[in-house]
Order: sequence, then structure tokens, then C-alpha cells
Amino acid sequence: MNPKGASSSGTDGATDSSAPRRNSKKPKYSRFTQQELPACKPILTPGWVITTFIFIGIVFIPIGLASLFASERVVEIVDRYDKHCVPTNYSKSMLAYIQSGETNKTCTRSLIVPKHMKSPVYVYYQLDNFYQNHRRYVKSRSDKQLRSKASEKDTSSCSPEGTISNGSAIVPCGLIAWSLFNDTYGFSVKNKVLDVSKKNIAWKSDQDHKFGSDVYPKNFQSGSLIGGAKLNASIPLSEQVDLIVWMRTAALPTFRKLYGKIEVDLEANEKITVVIQNNYNTYSFGGKKKLVLSTTSWIGGKNDFLGIAYLTVGGLCLFLAICFILVYVIKPRWEILPEICLQPTDDDSVTALLPQKWPLLYYSTTAENLGEKKDGLVLSREISGRSIEID
Amino acid sequence: MDAHNPIENSPHPDIALNSSSRKSNSSSQSKASSRASIREGDSALQTFSVESFRNSGSKPMRYGSRGAGSEGLNMSQKEIKDEDSRFIYINDPDKTNERFEFAGNSIRTGKYTILTFLPRNLFEQFHRVAYIYFLVIAVLNQLPQLAVFGRGASIMPLAFVLLVTAVKDAYEDWRRHQSDQIENNRVASVLVNGQFQPKKWKDIRVGEIIKISSDDTLPCDMVLLSTSDPTGVAYVHTINLDGESNLKTRYAKQETLSKMPQKEGIRGLIKVELPNRNIYGFQANMEIDGKRVSLGPSNIVLRGCELKNTAWAIGIVVYAGRETKVMLNNSGAPSKRSRLETYMNREIILLSLFLIALCTVVSSCAGVWLLRHRDELDYLPYYRRKDFSESEEENYNYYGVGMEIFFTFLMSVIVFQIMIPISLYISMELVRVGQAYFMIQDTRLYDEASDMRFQCRALNINEDLGQVKYVFSDKTGTLTENKMEFQCASIWGVDYSGGKVALPGESVGCSVEVDGQVLRPKMKVKADPELQQLLHSGKETKEGKHAHDFFLALAACNTVVPLLVDTSNPALRLIDYQGESPDEQALVYAAATYGFMLIERTSGHIVIDVQGERQRFDVLGMHEFDSDRKRMSVILGFPNKSVKVFVKGADTSMFSITDRSLNLNVIRSTETHLHTYSSMGLRTLVIGMRELSASEFEQWQSSYERASNALMGRASILRGVADSVENNIRILGASGIEDKLQEGVPQAIESLRQAGIKVWVLTGDKQETAISIGYSSRLLTREMTQIIINNNSKESCRKSLEDANAMSKNHAAVSAGTQSTERGSGSSKTLLALIIDGTSLVYILDTELEELLFQLASECSVVLCCRVAPLQKAGIISLIKNRTDDMTLAIGDGANDVSMIQMADVGIGISGQEGRQAVMASDFAMGQFRFLVPLLMVHGHWNFQRMSYMILYNFYRNAVFVLILFWYVLYTAFTLTTAITEWSSVLYSIIYTSLPTIVVGILDKDLSRRTLLKYPQLYGVGQRQESYNLQLFWLTMMDTLWQSFVIFFVPFFAYRRSTIDGSSIGDLWTLAVVILVNIHLAMDVLRWTWITHAAIWGSIVATFISVIIIDAIPQLPNYWAIFHVGKTGSFWLCLLAILVAAILPRFVVKVFSQYLRPCDVQIAREAEKFRNQREFVSVGVEMNPILDPPQEMRR
Repeated sequence: MNPKGASSSGTDGATDSSAPRRNSKKPKYSRFTQQELPACKPILTPGWVITTFIFIGIVFIPIGLASLFASERVVEIVDRYDKHCVPTNYSKSMLAYIQSGETNKTCTRSLIVPKHMKSPVYVYYQLDNFYQNHRRYVKSRSDKQLRSKASEKDTSSCSPEGTISNGSAIVPCGLIAWSLFNDTYGFSVKNKVLDVSKKNIAWKSDQDHKFGSDVYPKNFQSGSLIGGAKLNASIPLSEQVDLIVWMRTAALPTFRKLYGKIEVDLEANEKITVVIQNNYNTYSFGGKKKLVLSTTSWIGGKNDFLGIAYLTVGGLCLFLAICFILVYVIKPRWEILPEICLQPTDDDSVTALLPQKWPLLYYSTTAENLGEKKDGLVLSREISGRSIEID
Repeated sequence: MDAHNPIENSPHPDIALNSSSRKSNSSSQSKASSRASIREGDSALQTFSVESFRNSGSKPMRYGSRGAGSEGLNMSQKEIKDEDSRFIYINDPDKTNERFEFAGNSIRTGKYTILTFLPRNLFEQFHRVAYIYFLVIAVLNQLPQLAVFGRGASIMPLAFVLLVTAVKDAYEDWRRHQSDQIENNRVASVLVNGQFQPKKWKDIRVGEIIKISSDDTLPCDMVLLSTSDPTGVAYVHTINLDGESNLKTRYAKQETLSKMPQKEGIRGLIKVELPNRNIYGFQANMEIDGKRVSLGPSNIVLRGCELKNTAWAIGIVVYAGRETKVMLNNSGAPSKRSRLETYMNREIILLSLFLIALCTVVSSCAGVWLLRHRDELDYLPYYRRKDFSESEEENYNYYGVGMEIFFTFLMSVIVFQIMIPISLYISMELVRVGQAYFMIQDTRLYDEASDMRFQCRALNINEDLGQVKYVFSDKTGTLTENKMEFQCASIWGVDYSGGKVALPGESVGCSVEVDGQVLRPKMKVKADPELQQLLHSGKETKEGKHAHDFFLALAACNTVVPLLVDTSNPALRLIDYQGESPDEQALVYAAATYGFMLIERTSGHIVIDVQGERQRFDVLGMHEFDSDRKRMSVILGFPNKSVKVFVKGADTSMFSITDRSLNLNVIRSTETHLHTYSSMGLRTLVIGMRELSASEFEQWQSSYERASNALMGRASILRGVADSVENNIRILGASGIEDKLQEGVPQAIESLRQAGIKVWVLTGDKQETAISIGYSSRLLTREMTQIIINNNSKESCRKSLEDANAMSKNHAAVSAGTQSTERGSGSSKTLLALIIDGTSLVYILDTELEELLFQLASECSVVLCCRVAPLQKAGIISLIKNRTDDMTLAIGDGANDVSMIQMADVGIGISGQEGRQAVMASDFAMGQFRFLVPLLMVHGHWNFQRMSYMILYNFYRNAVFVLILFWYVLYTAFTLTTAITEWSSVLYSIIYTSLPTIVVGILDKDLSRRTLLKYPQLYGVGQRQESYNLQLFWLTMMDTLWQSFVIFFVPFFAYRRSTIDGSSIGDLWTLAVVILVNIHLAMDVLRWTWITHAAIWGSIVATFISVIIIDAIPQLPNYWAIFHVGKTGSFWLCLLAILVAAILPRFVVKVFSQYLRPCDVQIAREAEKFRNQREFVSVGVEMNPILDPPQEMRR
């Protein structure tokens, strides 16, 4: 390896030339330090590309169909009642109507069940244009206070709804709790009352760990401005399921909250009478209130989006697969090589066995292709059986 | 990583350089091909390098040559002024330190003490812009109006980085303190009360007298007073100081030699210059016994040196502790900024603009929203501007629309902060450390001969190695080994270059027996039998006499010190000739082989064994090499009382002082031989001598003494004295020394050329030598058309440049014509080679002719510059740097290459025979020129690919996250709520996604080493910046936009009008973005090792774990969200849809571009993978051309 060393040993004196060098700084060989770790070097061959596209297509289209089907099976009744539930004489001053303590807020709506609804039927209220994700709003709560009685005074994040004017803490504090939704619904079918179960409408984890069983509402809605529902001060927060549902703030300005569950099947074309206590003020900011009755499926509520998205992507992939096959047929460059990651060997370490020149290459180019690029270095070219090596 | 780069610090480096280069050029127009010209370079260069090293604005000083034993030949150009000097009272440290508080000898290399650690370390860390950005954002976030993140979350990343760095710094500092401790507590022998007593190093004070024994290390800088040698010589090993392994001679002054401090005491005053960093310069005057003696660099020994071959030496401490030259030279590696980083900063500015745009959109929309709802705000359930808790109603946390807009803007800066990928800077540093580690560990960059690994001195320009377009190489020591071997001699007009065969029996002839011991030179030279015969025949014949004188001159006229080395055989000792110039060593070894063995050298006499007969010659005077004379001479007193001057020097300088009346034939034939030798690539020296008459000698002696004691302008006076004696020289002959090409140089140059790199050789050698080396290194080929520019005036330079330009254009046109017709049968283009000498460059550089030269040079495929001064080397590089954006690389080994190494974008030092000056100034250092090929083609290519991918990926990674936040903000009434929890936001660029990019940045390889070396044109990928450019940046950003769009809007539509809460959808977005960016990376990874697998999949798993942990803390609002949402099918459907839909466009573009328009790397990768499958129809696909068309070069 080192002819220089050989020549110097020829002229060196007899003694020191043969002395072995100790503590040589020569880096120790390891596959890691020489960057020769065994590795797989995937290459996107046409085989892999086409396989991938087809695979995605094959997986996505059934999923899309399944979710569309599931979404179709969901029966959903949506009734917007905020406008209808204001008596006609108040239609010019809805705000005054809702803010007044004198007016009768009871309102009766009737809904027709379009299809058989299997129990449980979920009852939701839907608010539109209500920014539960507004920064001022989401921050306006005290998770510590909700959890334990000891942290009752921890209301610093709750302003301006943290304390009443004498400085005593509000429990639960903050704008979120203050604005608790307070419309109520009563359902009946053929004059028979449908029970609305509030069981399990809140997350169990929230009930167990987030809302303390020893924390009772205190000073709640006692200020001059009433935001929404009042809470029964004798029930601990962990049992106040409506509050718990409400306090899990929605992600988007249009949202549904679970009101309860109807545990009986609803037959098609049944008429449901809903008695609504229309208390909640969405009129001041143009929000909408809707009552929703819905069954569920494995993908949740009625939503065709995912199904359509899956079908689109799957279809697109199949289309791309066809495109690529066409490109490959029209402009073939190489054979389809499906065995992409099969040889996790590294060529750096063993090089001596390999031929000096590569048996290049798998590209087939037409004559005009060769003409296109000038000055290029041609690795190896085989035209009409003749091999010219120019590198 | 402190920026102490002299080039960058100086405001106008080019101007400064060029002006000085002109100066030095004018003084060195005629140069000889010899070591002399190189040496000349050295001294001139030290001026440059030392000047540029100093940071303070002290006024320029000219330092003398480094020649040991020079009696102040060059040193007194500037007299020491009182205000620039210090007074040191010999052996009176109290008085010395009375007025000035000189530094004690204790050293402290540690930066911090326990008290100062925190403030100082923080201060240093905050030098980085990135940290300041972090800090400003964190501070902004602490304002109650702007608190977007919780305090902990906002400070954590910064605190984490600061802590890690601080711990690292503290550990390093602790180690430094440890070694300081050991160093400070070493013991030296110091004269106290008339006796030498042991004293700890840290207690040594300036003015004290210390005694050093053989093999001891010097504790401080000291002026020699006396040594064990009667003539006052001391030998020192300076390997700790400058890395040079040969012995250097230092002298005590005659006046102090005989004093015995411990007996009679010694009194005197030394006036020394202020401490400085120049290890080769020292100026002082000593007043002793009423006499004034001047002291130079040869009278001082520096801290860190080791005393060798001298039983003891006594000296007086002049600089101690941190004022010693070695401590003053302790500075960090130069720092340069990589090209890629410069481009990256451009993109970062774009990203900042983008950030500002996003923030503006958010804040103005927020303003509009507030205005539209201004009547409702008071009672809006989710806003409630009015606070009713106090008795009177007031606005709560509302400062008017204007302020709200402003606050929203600042808050959005905080929320979108990672748009500027600050973590990228840290990742880049880590990646560079990793890359450097692999370069250092590469066994193929290890030089066995010098036992040297590759060294990365500058850590921040790794990726520049992948873009080099120009390589500027030194010749001696870089292309060649700089191991000089005497090849042939021309004596008295007769050429003895015939026999090269050393017969085994002859080795006996060149050993000498002294006192029962056999002395033999360490190295043998192949001798010419004819010449040996002639010498054996004695002095009788005229030829014999001349040959005798010739070899006597070789043995005597030098500064080489013979060193006796014991061997295992007690009867045999080897003579190791130690000298600073390899040429001189080669000559002395040659003389020894021919029977003129230098055995002993002191300042007063030399002992030479002449053909078995020991002779002692008095050295009456010596004129060292200097750059103007380009020769050296020694005046010898012969045993028979005759006095002769022997002169050795470069041919031009020698022929100018030759007595032409004598033996014109000899001179003529010598000249012919010289020409032959230099065209063989040999380095030549001419030897002459003259006999001095007694009167001449006396005259010389008196003037020499006068000159030596002169206080003003001593150097020039001495030069005059030298000139007076160096005249009417009789030419004895000339020597030819071969400097062998390093192993693998021709192949390396060939590879570089194939890679599209232009190799320029800049050498101080003669034109003929340079051309012949050019041929042997395959830089030049016989097919090339040579353009030689060799002019002596500006006008003639202009003319020849214009002619050459016209010719080259002609050439280009012709070759273009032939090429179009002969296409396919290989390139028939005639290549041009430009050969230009330093004299012409004097007239070209810094004038309007530069442009012409540049045009011409860019047409030529090879440029050879001969006889260039060190500063001209830098000037040539700046010529290219100023006119193109191409990356330049300079490689050299000697001190004369320092300027060019510092000037080039990438400087590489070869640690060879010429010391470590070049290595100290370089960015990378290695042992052999041929390592340049793996360094550039393999590591450079990898580093560039890796780094450019990493930068683009980091832009993408952060932007995609920011855009998701941005889309969400549009649905939160523009109030910067983040569905993604603050902890996930903070951890995103630290834990969730950082490791894979670093691992890929360090480990990914697009092609194997073998492929890269085999197809050098693959290097063009870096030169053309294929993996990083503005187009790619915009493409990446488009992709980012699409991906963020998919990530946000798939869940948005899927969960519209549902009961989804913010935390759950936030977790979905978090997981989606992390998995997506990792999949994106996975798709681009080219080599999957287990580490890559672990990093990528590990990161995804770590993210899941982190999200689960965050969601398992009941105090946080998003408690248990992931478990709830994870149970639903739509969550997983969303995730899958996001991943596929987001990645699809990129995948499609990638697939189709790879298939339809494969780049070089792609072709090579496929070839690499499938090379063994021969059944395919193999038709070539062309790679990109290696050489740019000439038009592109002229920018």
C-alpha cells in the first residue's frame, strides 16, 4: 500500500526502520465509523411504484365505500328552533324576548322520524357561530378549582368571572361555566314521554378525575349578568354532567354537544313532539341553535366526507397506476423489478469481486434521446448489439 | 466557534493583501528555483500571517526571518522604542516587577471560575442570534397580555439548550482547570540567593534566572545566558510550539557565556518588546557590563520547547504565564461561514417575510372581527369585555382595537415562532459534528507515513467540500513529498548524473570511525561511481580538486546540525542531520555519502570528516539566507590559515555575482545542466566559492562587527557586508535535488479534473521545474496547447494577454466546430494550459489586466503559476473569488501557503515537512494530497447532499406545523388558540421530529463511496447545487402548503358539526403532522440502516408516548382526550387519509421525475443497485456534462 514507506526503509538506518509504531492514531475500523453499516437502499422501480398505487387504490376504495355506507345508515334529524321558538310578536326584538325574565320561553316543536332509528338515539344541541375555541374563552377556567375543594380560591385565570364582588370565589369559575347552555328539551311520542337519559353522556375520565366529587357549586350565576344555566348547589361537580359536557370545549365554532340519550327505538314516520325551554341567548351574536337527534355508526355521525375522500384518493391512485403503466409502456426504461429491498448488503466493503466497469444500464433510450444531451459522459452504450465504452 | 477570522475581521482584506503583494513582488522579481525562494516566502508570509492573527490594532511590524543562529540579520529594521518595551533587571525580579506588574507564570486556560461561570457562560451562549430570538420570544410570552403558552412551556426549550451547552462547557472547563493545575505545579530550578532551588512553575517571575536540564520543558520564555556548550549553543525541540520535529539551535550571547550566575552573580538590564504572538520574532537589547548587546529570535527559547542535546541551559525569564508566546498563540480555529448557510439565510429571510405575512393576516382579520362585533363584545358569552365583579363596570383585558391588533400580532409571532427554524441551527451544528466525526474516523483519510488522521479544524464548512470548483495547490510538499533527495551534480562543467545504482559494498565507504565508534549518516544517497572515483583520486587532478571543494561547500555551507543517535549496536551511531531546510539536509547527506561527513557544528567551528580524515574548520562568519540575496554564504578558516567563502544560492542570484572572466565555458555548461535538471523536475542550487586574502578578510571582519553592533538598520548594513564579500565568485557547480511526487497525485489530479474541478498550481519554483512537475503529475499533457506568459512590463503583459485571449477564442471556435462534426467519438477539444510567472503577475494583479487574465484563465483547463510570492497566491485566489461565485479550495503545506489557505473558501493544510503553520491556518488538515479526492468526491458530496436535504426538510417540517396552526386560527375568531397543546407545540421541534433529521443528516448516503470515486462527474451535483436551490425551496414550500392543508382540512371536514372537542382534534393534528413529517423523511431516505429505522419509527412512537403522557395529566384541559378519540374509527381513518393524501403529490412528482428525467445521482444509484442483473437491455443514459461551457464561467 505504501511504496513510500518501502523506499524510505531502503535508505533508513538498520535500527529504527523496523520499529513498530505504537499508539498509532489510525482510526479503528468498524462498519459504523466507515459508514458501511448494512443498509437497505430502496429504489422506486416501476414495479414498486405501480404496486404501491394499486395497493393504495385497493385499500382505499373499500374503506371509502364502507364509510359511505355507514354514513348512509345513520339517521339524523336536525331542527333549527332558535327563530321558530320566538313568538311572532317578538320577532323584531328577539334579544329583548330572551333577556326578559317575564316571557314564556316554552316552545313546542314536532319532528318526523324519516327512518327507523335504532336505540340509542342521541340527542344533541348544535350551536353555530359560537366560538367556544376563542382564546379568551378557553383560558377562562380553573382546572384546579374544578378538581378539589382545596383549590377553591384558585381563580386567577377565571377573570372576569372569578369572584363575586365581595371577593368570594365562584365555583365553578370562568366564562365557560358561566355561559353553560340552559335550553331543555322534553320529548314525547304519541303523548308518551320519551325518557332522556343523561347517563354516560360525559366522559368518565372527566367525572372521575377532573371534576371533584367534593366540589360544590358556590356563588354560581349570582352576579348581575346571568350567562346561562344555574347549578344545583347540592350536587357535586362530578355529577353535573351537563356542565362537564359543556366544559369540554368544542374545537370549531359550529359544534354539537350531547344532551342525552333516548334508549328506545324510534319508528319511521313517527312524530316526536319536543317541548323546548328556549332560554339560551344566542340572539345577541347571531348564533343558531339546533336540536339534533341522531343514531351513530362506527364512523360516528352522519358525514360523507371521509367516504368521498377515500374514494377520491383510491380512484386517483388507480388512475396514477394506469398512467404510470402507460408511461412505462410508451417510454420503457427498465424492467419491472419487484425485489426492491431484498439485498441488505453494502457494496463498500467487498469491492474486489466486482467487475471494474458496470454492465450498465437498464435504460432504453431512443435515438433522438441520445441526440438530446450534448457533451454528456456516456457511461456505457449498447447500440445494435455493439458495446462502446466511453468512460 | 468564536469568530476570529482575520480575513473577515479586516474591513478590506483584498486591498490590504494586494497592496502588500505588490510590495513584495517588486522586491522579488528574480527568483531562483530553489529552496531559497520558498524560504523567502516563509519570512514574508510570517509578516502577513502574524499581522492578520492579531486582533488588536497594533501597528504593523516587520519580523525577521526565522533562521536560527542569525546574528540579527533581519531583526533590527525597527528599533525598540521605550514606550513599546519593558525593562527586565537580570536576576532581580523584585526590581523588575516593581514598576510593571508583569504576569506571573501561572497559567489559566480555563475560561470560568465557579463564580463567573453562570454569567459568563450565559453571555457567551447568547452570542448566537438563534438564542436571542428564543429569548425575545420567551420574554414576550411572559407579558400577561401576550401569554400564549404557559411559562414553563415557553422557557423550556431555551432552558434545555442552554443547560446542555452549559454542562458541556463546564465539563470542558473543568478538564482545562485540571491540566492547568498539573502544569502550574510542575517544578523548575530557579536561582534564589545564589543557589538553584526547585520552585513551582506558577511562582516563577519575570527577571528570575532559571536553569533547565536536558529534556526539560521550558516553563516560560527566557533569554539564554549560558549553556553547557562552551560556545553557547542550545538545541531545542519545538514540537509543542509549532509542530516542527527538527532540532533548532539557539545561542547564548558571547557576553554572558562565561558568567556563572550562582557564583559571581550577574547584573544587567534587558529591554524587550511588548509580548506578542509572533513565535519567530523577538527583539531586545541587553546592557551588560556597560556593553550593549542586541538580542534576536535566536537568543530566546520559548515556553513549551524542550531542551535537547544540551546538558543544561541558564536563562533569564522575560515573558511569563499568559504573556508567553505559546499562550498568546492559543486561539481557536478560524471560522468561516459555509456557502450553503449563506443561501439558507436568504431563504430564512423569505420565511421571516412569510411569518410576518401570516401574522399580519391574523392580526388584521382579528381587527376586522373585533370591529364587526364591537357592539356585542360586552356581553358576548365567549368574549365578555365587561367585568361586572367590581362595583363599576369596566373593560376587562381589553385595550382598544388598535392595541388588540398589535397584541394579536405579537401573539401570532409567538405562536408561529418556529416558522424560523431556530432548531435548525442547532441541528446543523450537531450534524456537522457527526460528519466531522466520520471524516476523522475515515481510515482512507489516514496517513500512515505521518501517523496522522484527518483533522476538522473548522466545523462549519463541511458541506462546502461538496461544491468546490477551483483547487489551488501548492507544489512543494503538497504535490510532492518535500523529502529531498540528492540526484545529480554538475561540477566544474561536468555532469555527474549517470550512475544511480548504489552497490551494497559502498555503504562501508561512507561510515567513519571515531573513538572506536562507527558513525554513519542516517540516510544514504545513491552515489555516482564515477564521481566517487574522482574524489578518491584525491586533490591531485584539477577535477578532483574542484569536486573536493564542491562537496566541502555542500557539507559546510548550511545551518544543519549533526545529531548523534545511539543504536542498538553500541559500536555504531547514526548521524541524523537536523536542519530547517530539507534541501540543505539532502545536500549534507549527499556530501556525507561522498565522504564529506559533517560531524560537529558549533557556532565557532565545524568538524568535517573528509575522506576519512577529520578536519576542523573555523566558521568565521555566516550570512544566512535572505529573501533579497537569495543565497547564503559561510566564511571558513582552513587549518592552513587560508580563508574561503562558500556561497550557495539560486541560479539567478549566483550568476549575477559570478566572476564571468573566469572559466566562461564552465559557467555555460553549468547553465545548460541547470536547465536540464530543472526540466527533469529537479530543484537546483548553484555552489560557488572564493578565496579571501588576509586584507579582504580583515576588512570584512571589521565591517561585520560594526554591522553586528549597529543599532539602526542593522539588517541592511549586514546585507551590504554580505554583498561585499559575496562577489567575484567562482562557480564550482550545481546540484540537482529531486522532490518526489506524492503517491497517487497524478490519479488524484485526473479525478479532480473529471469532477469538473479546475486545478491551479501555484508554486515558488522555476518555470521549468513547475512544467515538468506538471507533466509528471498529469496536470499537463502533451496534447495541451501551452500559453506561456513571461513578461517584464505592464505593456508587454497586456499584449500577451490579449494575444492569448484571441487565440483561446479561436481555439474555442475551432474545437466547437470539430466537436459538432465529430460528435460521438469522444471530445476532441484541444485543451489550453496557461503558464504564468510571478513577475508578470506583479503587473497583472490589481490592475485592469486582471480581467483579461481572468478571461484567459477561465478558458484554460490548467493554470500553472510559477515563482509566485505567498501574497500573490492569495491575490490569485481573490481574483477568482471576486469574479465568480465558484467555491475555491486552497491546499498547501508550508507557511508560505497560509495566506492562500486563509483566502480561499476552503483551506486545507497538509501536515508535511514544513511545520504546522499551514495546518494551524487551515480549515481541514490531512496527510496527503491524494486524500483530496475522497474528501471532496465522497465526504464533500455526502455532506452537501445531507446538509442541503436537511435544511430543506427543516424548513418544510416547521412550516407545515405553523401552517396547521394558522389554518386553525382562522376558525377561532383569529385569537390564536391552538388546538395542539402548548407542550406538543414546544416538543414538536425538540423531541417529536428532531432526531430523525439529525440522524439522516449524519448517516444518509445517496451513493456508495465506490461509485462516487469511480464516477467523479457525480461531484457536479454539488457544483450545480442540484440538491439545494431556490426552485427546490419554492417547490418544498408548495408541498408544505398542500400537506398542511390536508392535515388541517381532513379532520376539519370529517368532524364538522360533531361533538369533537378541541383537545381531541388537537391530538389528531399533532399525531398526523408528526407521522407525516417522519413519513415524508422516510420516503426520502436513501439508505436505511438500523439507526435510521430506530430514529424514524422511534420518533413516531415517542410522539405517541408523549401525547399519552400529556393527556394523562388531569390538571391539563385535554385530559384523557387521546384515549377517547383513539377509540373511534374515524380518528384512524382520518389519520390514514391524511398521510396518503398529503404525501401523494410529492410521491407522484418524485416518481415521474425520477423515471422521466433521472438526475445523475439517480442513474448511478440504479446502476449501483442493479449492476449484477445483466439481462436488461443496456443502453446508456448520459449524465450531465462535467465541464461548464465557457460562457457560463464568465459571470
